[in-house]
This record gives sequence, C-alpha cells and structure tokens, in this order.
Amino acid sequence: MSASLSLRTVDKVYHPRGRLAVHAVKALSMDVERGEIVALLGSSGCGKTSTLRMVAGFEAVSAGEISLANRRIERLAPAARNVAMAFEGYSLYPPLTVRENIAFALKRGRLSASEVSRRVKEVAALVEIEPILDRYPNAISGGQQQRASLARALVRDAALYVLDEPMGQLEPQLRALLRGRLKRLLKDRAMTSIFVTHDQTEANALADRIAVMEGGVLQQFAPQHVLKEKPANLYVATFIGEPPMNVFDASVIRSEGCTTFELHNGPSFGFGDNELGPEVRQAIGNRRKVVIGVRPHRVVLGSGSAETARVVSNQWLGDQSHVAMAVAGKLLVAVSHARVRAGIGDSVPYGVRAQDLHIFDPDTTVALAHGARAA
Amino acid sequence: MERSSIIERVLRAVLLTLIVIFFLFPIVWILLMSFQTNEQILRIPPSLSFVPTLENYKALISGHLLTSAGSLDIAFMRNLGNSVLLSTCAVVLALILGVPAAYAFARFKFWLSEDIAFTLLSFRFAPPLLVLLPLSLYFQDLGLVDTYVGLIWVYQLIALPLILWIVRGYFEDISPDIENAYRIAGHSWLRTFFKIAVPLAGPGIAAAGLLSFIFCWNNFVFALVLASADKQPVTVGALAFVTASGIQYGQVAAAIVLSVTPTLLLALYAQRWLVEGLSLGAVKG
Repeated sequence: MSASLSLRTVDKVYHPRGRLAVHAVKALSMDVERGEIVALLGSSGCGKTSTLRMVAGFEAVSAGEISLANRRIERLAPAARNVAMAFEGYSLYPPLTVRENIAFALKRGRLSASEVSRRVKEVAALVEIEPILDRYPNAISGGQQQRASLARALVRDAALYVLDEPMGQLEPQLRALLRGRLKRLLKDRAMTSIFVTHDQTEANALADRIAVMEGGVLQQFAPQHVLKEKPANLYVATFIGEPPMNVFDASVIRSEGCTTFELHNGPSFGFGDNELGPEVRQAIGNRRKVVIGVRPHRVVLGSGSAETARVVSNQWLGDQSHVAMAVAGKLLVAVSHARVRAGIGDSVPYGVRAQDLHIFDPDTTVALAHGARAA
Repeated sequence: MERSSIIERVLRAVLLTLIVIFFLFPIVWILLMSFQTNEQILRIPPSLSFVPTLENYKALISGHLLTSAGSLDIAFMRNLGNSVLLSTCAVVLALILGVPAAYAFARFKFWLSEDIAFTLLSFRFAPPLLVLLPLSLYFQDLGLVDTYVGLIWVYQLIALPLILWIVRGYFEDISPDIENAYRIAGHSWLRTFFKIAVPLAGPGIAAAGLLSFIFCWNNFVFALVLASADKQPVTVGALAFVTASGIQYGQVAAAIVLSVTPTLLLALYAQRWLVEGLSLGAVKG
C-alpha cells in the first residue's frame, strides 16, 4: 500500500489583527494509506480543524508540504485538489433543494442526468434522507442538514474524503447506524478518508488509525488498541479511554530485587524483579521520580490485594461498576464488570499488577514503559 | 399570535392612523396642490374644495411655463431624463465596482484592508461643498465639467461607499463554507462568486442599490455646480420655478409628484423583491 495523503512538517500560523500570532499546527507529519480511514482526535482548539482545512485548501499552509496521490497540492486551488469535504456547519446552499445540493457536487463530473439521479438516490438512502430530498435546507432539522452535507461529500468520486465532525448533530441510535454504513461504504470502495471528531467512540468505531492532537502537535498516530495499551505520553494516556487512566506522581525506590513506587502522601507499590523485567528497570534508569498510570479497567478489586482505600463513590451503570477511591489525595477509579457491593466510606482492597503499569517521565511526560516492556 | 383586548387593538389602530396621517399629510397636500392653480393655492383661508386642473402637468410636459409676467421655457422633462440617466448609470457603475470590492473586504484580510475600506467610507463624511471647489477646478482641467461622465463619476462619492459597506455586511453574514463547498466540488473562484455569493447577498445588493439610487436622485449640490442646464437633474431644474413673477407653487408641486414617482415605483418594486429574498432565509447560512 502506498501513502495516499502525505503531510510533511506542516505548520499553520494565524496572524489575527492586533493580537499575538497563533501557532495552530506545529510541524505536523503524517501519512494516510490508500483506502485508510483516519480520525483526528483532540480537544477544541488543538489544530485538527486547521489541519483539515489546509488539506482541503481553505487555509494556506504556513510551511511544509501536502501531497495527495503523488501530487503536491498545498498550493492548488480547492477545486483542483480532488478532495470532497463535509463541513461542520453543513453549509448547504439555501436556494437549492437537498437533492440539488447533493447533485451540484457531481455536475462537474460530466455525468448523465440519470446517473446523477441514481447516485443521489443511492447516497440519500445510505444516510436516510430520501423523504426530504425535495425540501429546502432551511425547512429541515440540523441532523438532516448534517446528513445532507455528508451525502454531498460522499456522492463524489474524490481522491480523499475530508469530514469535519460528520455526525456531531445526530441522535445516538442514528449515529450508530450511520457509523456502520459509513464504514462499510468507505471500506467497500476503498475511499481514503480523514475525519475530525471529539467523540472517541466514533473514532474507535470508524477509524483504522487515530491521530491524537494537542496544542497543534501530533501526539500519537496509531490504531486504537495501541493508543490504549501503549500511549506515547501522558496526554494520550489521560485523553484516550473512558474513564481516563489513573495517574500518580511516584518516587522510585530501588532495593535488592525489588522496585518500589511510593506515591506522594500515599501507599507504596513494590514489584519484584521477576515482575518488573530488566527492560523496564533500564527504561526507568536512575530516575528518582516517575509518573505511574493504570487503566481503570485494570485495577484489581477485592480480596488478595495488598492495599485498601476508602470508597468515595460507587456507580452501577447496568453493565459495569465505576468505583472511585481516595488514594494519595486523588481519586483512583476502578471499573469492574461485576457489581461491586461497597458503600461510600467502606474500605475496599485493591491492587495493581506489574503488567498493567504505565510509567512516564515526569518532566517530558513521554512514556518509559508499558507493562513488562519498555516504550 | 397573542390575543390582545379590544381596547388595545382599537388604540393601536388609532395610533397607527395618526402616524400615517402625520407622515402622509405633506405628500397628500402636494398632490392636491399639483392640481390647483397658483391663485387657488395662495387664497386665504385655504380650502379643500377646488376644480382640479391639469394645467401644471401640461406646462411641465410641454415645457412652456405661462406666468403672469409672460411665457417661459423650462426643460423639466429633460431634467427628469437626466435624473434617470445619471442615477441609473451611477448606481450601475457603483454596483459593478462596489460588489466585488465588498466581497474582497468581507472575505480577505489583506494589508491595509480596513484602512482602505474606512477611507472609502470617509468620503461620506466630507461636506460636499468642501469637496466641490477643488473638484470643479480639476474637472475644468480634465474637461469633465458639464459632462454626464463627470457627474456619474462624482456621484460615486455618494453611491460607492454606501454599496460597499452595506453589501460587505451581507457577504460577511454568509458562511464562507457555503462557498467552500461549491469550490471544492470543482468550481472556480469566479464562478463561486457569481453563482453562490452574489445570489445569497441579493437582498442586500438590492437594498444598497435602491438606497444609493435614492441618494443620487436627491443630490442637488454636485449637479448645481458641475453641470449646465442641459445636464441638470430635476433637483436643480426645480429652481426654474422660482420666476420673476413669483414662485410657481402649482408647477413645483406637479414637478415634485413627477420626480418622486420613479423612485417610489422603484422602491415598491424592489421592496417586494427584498421581502422575497429575505423570506428564502438566504442571508443566514
């Protein structure tokens, strides 16, 4: 597989009038394979929409290169890039019906009228807007407008599909349905696509790989399970996952055959050298302080565990328990698929296994080790 | 609709009627005056009963004014034609120049863009008489005094800033992504401007065009100084009714009625069009 979309050290700097320049995207490099679906995930203002708009051609790149299908595109007009886009604000053209809005994306393709009509119908069925094809954008709901806008992008034959929050306005059931259909359509036709979202479920369900951005910097670009099991740094670790990873500052105490992590004003976790292998010990090196983390799903609750903690809240969500405990002046959240019978204020035994431990450098926030392996 | 009590509705109707009478009275009075002779107008006490006469209109259209001091030739119909020609050409030119400029100011932030836009607006601050003296000197050198081209050019001072600033606001209200969606589908920048941006700003362009037409139509001082009799619009031409034998009130009234009519018709026509455009909800993306 060859890279379809390729970004090389792309920068975006905005110069608002009378204010300091904003460096929205910093030295972003990433390759998207042909037929791959990529999600850009991050909090608001992290540069993901700026990235998308530079790819589509509505923002000029401040520095760097963008190529699509082996063609440099960063200086081309949007019309010449062969990119289809669904806009966050829908951006349907008010004087045209939904059908005409979808069709105008095809008009340049010199297709016959019957072919245009067939493809509009097909994509309308996919996003469930057939009954409203002849209505005007102002007469339909936000969710319908969003689906019409999505249809307008999907109906085209483009080298790349760029979707900005494609399903943000839809109700949960419909969203789940469309996610499945969209994924199948994109995969069946090997449509290379890149979409922006801040819904992790959506990113997990649709994307082959997820690019996590923060502060204009690409933090990690990997499949979902890698983000979860081997987060590159503290930001990714605490951003990905619901509930997020528990992280604590810890002092490292080496003694003969044993490494102990002592939480600030809290308990200590000791691991024998047979648990924490030489690779991990080497990664820690002679650091005296680290940040340790554990996923809520991996916190072991119940008898046989060494430590106990006071329960602050215990919620049964129908299929899992979320138990928050007071540990080292912070909350440690544990998720259990069994119902945990503990009242607020009770002491509950808990433990952390070496293979579930994530270790980060406290200064650079870069991951040092995940479980038994160095990062 | 909320239900209101009968007293409230009656009160509202009475107030509205009073307001309409207040504003329409001068216009109605002028309309009545235009069908009376000077003697009927000037009698004391004034009376509403009179035998309508078409003499005033006849005099205006034929161009011969009969006063007690004798016959006088006036070029009222020519003035009216000049008004139509000057205002229309000025507004068309201002639209051709102003709409693309407004689009540029709305969409692109270039070096000094705000300063240029403000400078254009500031043309409206300058008292016309202050501008006129140097302008008439330059126009004499350029040979533009007493030409339609010169007047239409000067009228840009009135029409262009108005169109630029009103239409710019409308362009700014349109989400750029509507245009972007069209552009990314493979259409050129120019095509997007004509097919998407201009139709969406249509009501705004119509409103700005209408307003600047009225402003141009009502202009007096530019034409007074820069044009001679055969190029003057009605506003200046009306001075001819101040004759040696007194002011010809009847003819003045008839002239007002005739000169108001084109703008009134245009306003009524454009208003219908404006409402239509707005009811499409075209302004908000």
